[in-house]
Amino acid sequence: MTNEIIIAGFGGQGVLSMGKILAYAGLMDDQEVTWMPAYGPEQRGGTANVTVIISDKAISSPVLDVYDVVVALNQQSIDKFESKVKPGGILMYDSYGTHRHPDRKDIRILPIDAMEATIETGNSKTYNMIVLGALLAARPMVPVESVLKGLKKTLPERHHHLIPLNEQALRKGMSLVKEA
Amino acid sequence: MTKEEIKKNGTVVAAKPRLITDNQMHYCPGCSHGVVHSIVAEVLDEMGLADNAIGVAPVGCAVFAYNYIDVDWIEAAHGRAPAVATAAKRLNPDRMVFTYQGDGDLSAIGTAETIHAANRGENIAIIFINNGIYGMTGGQMAPTTLEGMKTATCPYGRRVDLNGYPLKIGDLLAQLDGTCYVTRQSVHTTAATRKTKKAIRQAFENAMAGRGTSVVEVVSTCNSGWKMSPVKANEWMEEHMMAKYPLGDIKNTVK
Amino acid sequence: MSDREEEVRLMKGNEAIAHAIIRYGADGYFGYPITPQSEVLETLEEQMPWDTTGMVVLQAESELAAINMVYGGASTGKAVCTSSSSPGISLKQEGISYIAAGELPALIINVMRGGPGLGTIQPSQGDYFQTVKGGGHGDYRLIVLAPATVQEMADFVGLGFDLAFKYRTPAMILADGVVGQMMEKVQLPVQRPRRTDAQIAEQCPWAITGRAESRGHRNVETTLEMEPNKMELNNHRFQETYRRIQENEVRYEEYYTEDADYLMVAFGSVARICLKGIELLREKGIKVGLIRPITLWPFPEKIIREVGQKTKGVLTVELNAGQMVEDVRLAVECKVPVAHFGRMGGIVPNPNEIVDAFYKEFPEAK
Repeated sequence: MTNEIIIAGFGGQGVLSMGKILAYAGLMDDQEVTWMPAYGPEQRGGTANVTVIISDKAISSPVLDVYDVVVALNQQSIDKFESKVKPGGILMYDSYGTHRHPDRKDIRILPIDAMEATIETGNSKTYNMIVLGALLAARPMVPVESVLKGLKKTLPERHHHLIPLNEQALRKGMSLVKEA
Repeated sequence: MTKEEIKKNGTVVAAKPRLITDNQMHYCPGCSHGVVHSIVAEVLDEMGLADNAIGVAPVGCAVFAYNYIDVDWIEAAHGRAPAVATAAKRLNPDRMVFTYQGDGDLSAIGTAETIHAANRGENIAIIFINNGIYGMTGGQMAPTTLEGMKTATCPYGRRVDLNGYPLKIGDLLAQLDGTCYVTRQSVHTTAATRKTKKAIRQAFENAMAGRGTSVVEVVSTCNSGWKMSPVKANEWMEEHMMAKYPLGDIKNTVK
Repeated sequence: MSDREEEVRLMKGNEAIAHAIIRYGADGYFGYPITPQSEVLETLEEQMPWDTTGMVVLQAESELAAINMVYGGASTGKAVCTSSSSPGISLKQEGISYIAAGELPALIINVMRGGPGLGTIQPSQGDYFQTVKGGGHGDYRLIVLAPATVQEMADFVGLGFDLAFKYRTPAMILADGVVGQMMEKVQLPVQRPRRTDAQIAEQCPWAITGRAESRGHRNVETTLEMEPNKMELNNHRFQETYRRIQENEVRYEEYYTEDADYLMVAFGSVARICLKGIELLREKGIKVGLIRPITLWPFPEKIIREVGQKTKGVLTVELNAGQMVEDVRLAVECKVPVAHFGRMGGIVPNPNEIVDAFYKEFPEAK
């Protein structure tokens, strides 16, 4: 099983670190992973995106042009990547601030209210974990336990007290996606 | 009289330093390099550094310094001696590492390497021969060439409106926190030579004691490049070079 | 090659290089920041190897200074390296020529970005000619290793150092921004101790260690020779070294070549994108194989000739205007058509673009 994913949004939304946490979860789950950022000035306030591949087989290209799952966190990313979802794939987007909603019929379109959910938590830093939770609900490619193990691995010891908060956010995100 | 006869007579007042090789020197008669080489060789020997020294040679007249002083040497690219010495010293911190550079090497093409090595306070000694001209390539203008001084590339004399001012890089280096000792000396008289030897010894001691970068500038003659007899060159140096580049310690944080 | 640790980590190619440098037991790294490889210097500074292995890490004032620090360090027999990206590597060319002429072992890492000029900071393979055909002045060669995975980024540090010391010549890891910036799984080499001064004196009797008297003679590291006859002899000696490297050190990987009707040749990260393209083509029943040169010099010309001449055509894919393609054409002796597909300026093609380029060059394959 191979999952080819791109996460795209504004720099500062935690796009790259969300991809990193997902990649770490894949590592904890003994899968092959690649994490390839579109790097450069985009990181500093413009648009950012990262391609994450999780597979039980060796991964060839870390660079793709069609994806099983697109997570689009702003309008530009929806516009840019809607056509890049493989037929039967998933386009997940945050409906907050979206004025042109995707309309393809051959893919599963999943609007989520991640921004609203984040505002409810009162901690803007949980945004990307809420999105990640929603992604894993829509496409359970790694178990939640692997995500938490990955978090533990990537967070410095002094931030380990934040893991329960992140787990809550993850589970809140999962609840945003109704089973199709 | 043969060498042996001279020695037998007990009339030897000066001998070739032990660490000067038998290779024939390519320096012009009257050039200051030979004297400074001898001083470096003597100081290395007197400090017991013959088995503990790495010299870094420049591009310029002293490019063959490694043929004359009998210690380990690295020949650097033009201007890069301080960078080469930085690595040699950092990777071999108990060794005596010194560079031997001319004014073109140190104050033109290698200005950045010189300033940054000195600013990092690398524990090296820099011997800097300032004769105001490019000797090896045939007498072209150097950053240190005096105003009005004629060279192959300023045949009518250096004009500051065209070529800028003579660069007092010793004074510049003395401004840096990384240097512990910057001095300007000469070897045109016996007394001056003695002072230069003392300065080079001080510089080498500083390097071995880890006190930072030491720079010994030796205001020198290039009688070939200046197109003068050796004696005339010494006189001209005293009158003109030393007016612009006065002798003495510019900075000494050690004494 | 060094053994690998059990632990599987996830890290960027640039970070893997830094860890591998420390673990090789390297004595020194001298660098200057430039995107997209600054993580090498950053990771080294963060790891503080001077407290563990005693390795020296120094941020130089320029790439020029950094490469000359490498020259100085290598002259003393130490295992030293530097890394940069394309514009910085251009600045290092003078020093690289001196290191080659000085018959010194050293490792240089180039994480290529789009050029020419200041160019872009995105991935490129535009420095193939510079690296493989020369770069600096004079007749010299570099051993050139082209990693395609983060694991190879780590492994080629040890391999590069070993080859550099074996042949007393500089080696370069020619990576690109993709493999430098991407993260994937890696097992780092186990930590080796740095060599002692006694070991260096024994292994590198030529080294400028400062111990002239103990050795019984002084050592001099110079690349200057006033007599043309002697300089020609030096050149003959260099060429003899290069001939031995060509005989013994060619490295490559083959994929799907046994039944290939067509062949792709690509190196570094691009080879992986080609592989995905080839998988798409094979789903359509079109038999395409891939040869991935690992050493760009010495170039794996024999295998490319053997495989390529049996096919109906060869496509090289590169992040440049067509550089390695010249060597591929020479290798197949123009017996079959050799086409090139490239993106430039920091653009990385995706697998479908490569499929389209293949159909364009070889429409009869459809």
